[in-house]
Amino acid sequence: MPEQMIEIPMDKENEAFFEWSAKEELRIQGCDSCDRLRFPPRPICPWCHSTDSSWRVMSGRGSIWSFAVTHPPLLEPFLSRAPYNVVVVEIEEDPLIRLIGNVVEDRKVGLEFVKPDELRIGAPVRAVFPVVEGEPRLLRWALEPG
Amino acid sequence: MTQRSLQDRTAIVGVAQTRFAKKLEKSEEELAAEAILAALDDAGLKASDVDAVSSYTMENLEEVSLAKDLGFGDLAFFSQIGYGGGGGCATVGHLAMAIATGVANVGVAWRSRKRGSGGRPWAAGVAGLRLPGSEQVTATTWARPYGVSRPADEIALLASRYMHESGAGREAFAEVAMAARQHANKNPNAIMYERPMTMDDYFASRWISEPLCLFDNCLETDGAIAVVITSAERAADCRKKPVFVHSAAQGLPQQHHHMVNYWAEDPIGAPGRACGKRLFEQSEIKAKDIDVVQIYDAFTPLVLFSLEGYGFCERNEAAAFVKGGTLGPGGSLPLNTSGGGLSEGYIHGMNLVAEGIRQMRGESTSQVPDAAACLVTSGDCVPTSALILRAA
Repeated sequence: MPEQMIEIPMDKENEAFFEWSAKEELRIQGCDSCDRLRFPPRPICPWCHSTDSSWRVMSGRGSIWSFAVTHPPLLEPFLSRAPYNVVVVEIEEDPLIRLIGNVVEDRKVGLEFVKPDELRIGAPVRAVFPVVEGEPRLLRWALEPG
Repeated sequence: MTQRSLQDRTAIVGVAQTRFAKKLEKSEEELAAEAILAALDDAGLKASDVDAVSSYTMENLEEVSLAKDLGFGDLAFFSQIGYGGGGGCATVGHLAMAIATGVANVGVAWRSRKRGSGGRPWAAGVAGLRLPGSEQVTATTWARPYGVSRPADEIALLASRYMHESGAGREAFAEVAMAARQHANKNPNAIMYERPMTMDDYFASRWISEPLCLFDNCLETDGAIAVVITSAERAADCRKKPVFVHSAAQGLPQQHHHMVNYWAEDPIGAPGRACGKRLFEQSEIKAKDIDVVQIYDAFTPLVLFSLEGYGFCERNEAAAFVKGGTLGPGGSLPLNTSGGGLSEGYIHGMNLVAEGIRQMRGESTSQVPDAAACLVTSGDCVPTSALILRAA
């Protein structure tokens, strides 16, 4: 059941993130009282306890905090993609906001994973939102020069 | 000892387990019953003496089933600990607190699991991403769509970062795997009893989630384990030498998020650090006094994180600490002396509790001479728990 593995269950807190991804924007929830960003999204600010928040546009720039290379045994659709990279990216605006993803070639359509030997911790990356048939539009990352 | 301390006020008086295997015919209910009755017999107590039970939230068997099956007395205390493999030591810790405060008298902690022949929780697709009975989704939602689909992938990302920060190589992971295997090779009940492993075998094994290879991953095992605990006073009348619960603690660090845990300020080993701080604050026994350790080893890097978190070495120094057989038979800090999750069997860390008890009784197949204090930990990288056991 490939679509089941990729399908994202929505709740009141996480759906905005994926709706913005579908519109090709990386947005992170920020507190409207103390202005601090927080992730994963939640209904209350852990630092000032305000319940007012909004989704802030990010630059889309970040760097690789960690990466791994995934091998079988896996379920589809991941099995047919293996081995593939998975990364954690810290974003430029707040290094404590770390997002899980993949580093892919910068294509408008389709997923082509960057080879693991091209990855290193600290490498700069940029948010991209390739269209993948039959899957929700997700945030991915492309390597930046540097 | 302060008046509020748990120190040595309760003791483990019974321990038993079923056979461990990749596949057992008995059901989880039958396996639990077998282990619990054997543990009560080990203690010289009756099922009707039991008035407290504790297990994991991931345990499929409910208290009511066991209480009816085995004819327990009226239960006055029953608890379930969350966060998977983080909960094992807390089952004993909760019972120790209940008994030390007079809430209950005789407690049973157990875990029964058919993970070897049963399904994998991570294979449940989208259903597995929603919390049971809740509209909330789990932290896994942020990982699964990108192909971070298994616990090994989640830990691989932390392991990779750890290697970057500490300079540790895969040799450090191999030291952990080798120590567990060498101990298993002395334990006839271990799945890997007759399967020796060399460093070359380790480095020749296939990748699962780089930087983790096959031998960095625990086994998948069917089996059950039960532990019986009572007051130190009552323990004096039991069949076997008591093993005192010297300290017990849990740890859920600030801004922690389950095993998909990349959002705390310093996520690597944070649960162990938080738990270890409380554990040793309440303990007369310090890290330097510990003779033998049973550290949760679903994945080898977790052991390195815990060695640092519980204060056996400084942060980022675990690779140097474990080098050269420190953790193996005859080493200065023998680890997982029954073979642990890596090589004895993976009963969600409850087999580590059982082996800690055997070490304090002098019954281990890799007995550490004159061992008087044992640290047992549950899963690092999830909200966790730990025990310091003291020999009588």
